[in-house]
Amino acid sequence: MLDYGLSDEQKMILELIKKIGEEKIKPVREKLDETGEFPWEIMKAFAAADLCGLYIPEELGGFGQSVFNFCLATEEVSRYCGGVGVTFAASALGSTPILLFGSDEQKKKYMPDIAAGKKLAAFGLTEANAGSDAGGMETTAKKEGDYYILNGTKQWITNGGEADTYTVIAMTNKSKGSRGATAFIVEKGTPGFDFGKKENKMGIRCSATRELVFQDCKIHKDQLLGKEGQGFIVAMKTLDMTRPGIGAQAVGIAQGALDESIKYAKERVQFGKPIITLQAIQHMLADMATQVEAARALVYACARMIDAGAKNYTLPASEAKLFASDVAMRVTTDAVQIFGGYGYMKEYPVEKMMRDAKITQIYEGTNQIQRNQIGLALIKESARK
Amino acid sequence: MDIIVCIKQVPDTTEVKINPETNTLVREGVPSIVNPFDENAIEAALKLKELHGGKVTAITMGPPQAAEALKTVLAMGVDDVILVSDRSFAGSDTWATSYTLAQTIKKLGNYDLIICGKQAIDGDTAQVGPGIAEWLKLPQVTFAVKIEVNGKIAKVERLLEEVNEVVETPLPAVLTVVKQINEPRMPSLRGMMKAKKAEVKTMNAAAIDADPKNLGLNGSPTQVVKIFTPPPKGGGEILTGEPNEIITKLIEKIQERKII
Repeated sequence: MLDYGLSDEQKMILELIKKIGEEKIKPVREKLDETGEFPWEIMKAFAAADLCGLYIPEELGGFGQSVFNFCLATEEVSRYCGGVGVTFAASALGSTPILLFGSDEQKKKYMPDIAAGKKLAAFGLTEANAGSDAGGMETTAKKEGDYYILNGTKQWITNGGEADTYTVIAMTNKSKGSRGATAFIVEKGTPGFDFGKKENKMGIRCSATRELVFQDCKIHKDQLLGKEGQGFIVAMKTLDMTRPGIGAQAVGIAQGALDESIKYAKERVQFGKPIITLQAIQHMLADMATQVEAARALVYACARMIDAGAKNYTLPASEAKLFASDVAMRVTTDAVQIFGGYGYMKEYPVEKMMRDAKITQIYEGTNQIQRNQIGLALIKESARK
Repeated sequence: MDIIVCIKQVPDTTEVKINPETNTLVREGVPSIVNPFDENAIEAALKLKELHGGKVTAITMGPPQAAEALKTVLAMGVDDVILVSDRSFAGSDTWATSYTLAQTIKKLGNYDLIICGKQAIDGDTAQVGPGIAEWLKLPQVTFAVKIEVNGKIAKVERLLEEVNEVVETPLPAVLTVVKQINEPRMPSLRGMMKAKKAEVKTMNAAAIDADPKNLGLNGSPTQVVKIFTPPPKGGGEILTGEPNEIITKLIEKIQERKII
């Protein structure tokens, strides 16, 4: 592995997650995948180990705002289980809008509990008819005096039902199009706010994916995030910042599959010797390792650029997510191939990794949308020259 | 309530190797950990602190590198740690070790409870905890699986072979705990960072007012004559067949070996 010059604190983060991963994730990941049970025990272990506030400033109870540390942790968690990884990461996605656009009161009210891992957060943007085309959003927020009345349904919301704090984008003025959306903080338990069924997914099965259902849900204007009409900006700035985290999740899943492949290739004997002695296997492993390292280097470089205070990082954030998730899909598929028939069986961990990897090419902006973003950024950059 | 926990740094293996010439443990090349039962003792102390307030201090007797074990328990949330270290402690048996730890505890004062693991996984004697109680003339309750403190009284459930026994003891007292008492917590990031920065306080023989004749090899009445790995127990023999045949075979075997 490349030497990324990790600090003592960063090495401690990895050491802690390794301990939790070996003792609390590895023994149960197969069962969690089968039952789809939410990994509360593991989330509590993260909370007790102080790992929930890695992207949150110290004055709000965290360990200092660091996209890099958050990516490092998400990668290591995902190395053990992609479903636990996304559960861990989705709380950051749900609370980043508050960090970026919240008032001091809102930050003080919500962030310390999230940093301490007492509460999880979730982000509600996607709808049945508004996926890649977020402009097709149909959830509305109508102003009535000091309140907004929310109506509509958000779909496929990670941590839905389990989280306490939700940031939700709704249309306050449909006629204004993308400038008519507004972001709100909605607490679990607010009258008129309910959850739909838990989705039965291909991968990341222990993560909770549910609908957020709003029926005349009355939200006080103090719960508005940023300004009215700023909802899309809130969503886009949030996704720019959290996208490297999905890249990190993908790197983790891929690294996990590579670890398992090397271990298996050393144990599996065919033609009288371990298959790792065969050049065909070695070349596959070499390609896998090289791709994983390249993806990691891109994710880390992007995260460090954001932490260094870069203003515009849409391009590298999209590149990191795109590249790492495509790598995760290829590497996990190759891992199943190295395991052969055993790889196709649920008794071995790599088929789950392959199923877990697929979602990273789809959510937080499909890889096709990432390519659009990258293309657009290239045109903009070339126009400036 | 203020609690002192005595811990030991041990080799991270159950397959302890013995140097046949010196009859001591081979420590070279084996990573060290906190004795697992002592982690249970730390956890028990931290739980009591959460309920009743106060302070948890961990002490260990050992060479300078034993400070690492103290840092491990600092990361778990222990308030204070002390390394008791002196060249004159070398070669201590359980008598000298319990004397040295008891002297340290006397010197520290201010304690309501002393907790130890039931035994260390290297020497397996289970003598140091009770030894400390004797040196300090305190009541001792061994093999604790449950501890409840109510004012100046501790109600302790002991895990025995056949039954569990519940006893009450006035405090201060010395308790030793079994692994079934709890699941030791993981370290936290804040704890690890605190531990990294922490300077481990060291006390030597003079600092604990120790009587030199009780210390180290000279103060140790135990003479280890020989340490060896006993041959593994034979596998035994299982007789099969109808009950009548088995009984006949069994009686034959007993007679053959002149057992009766």
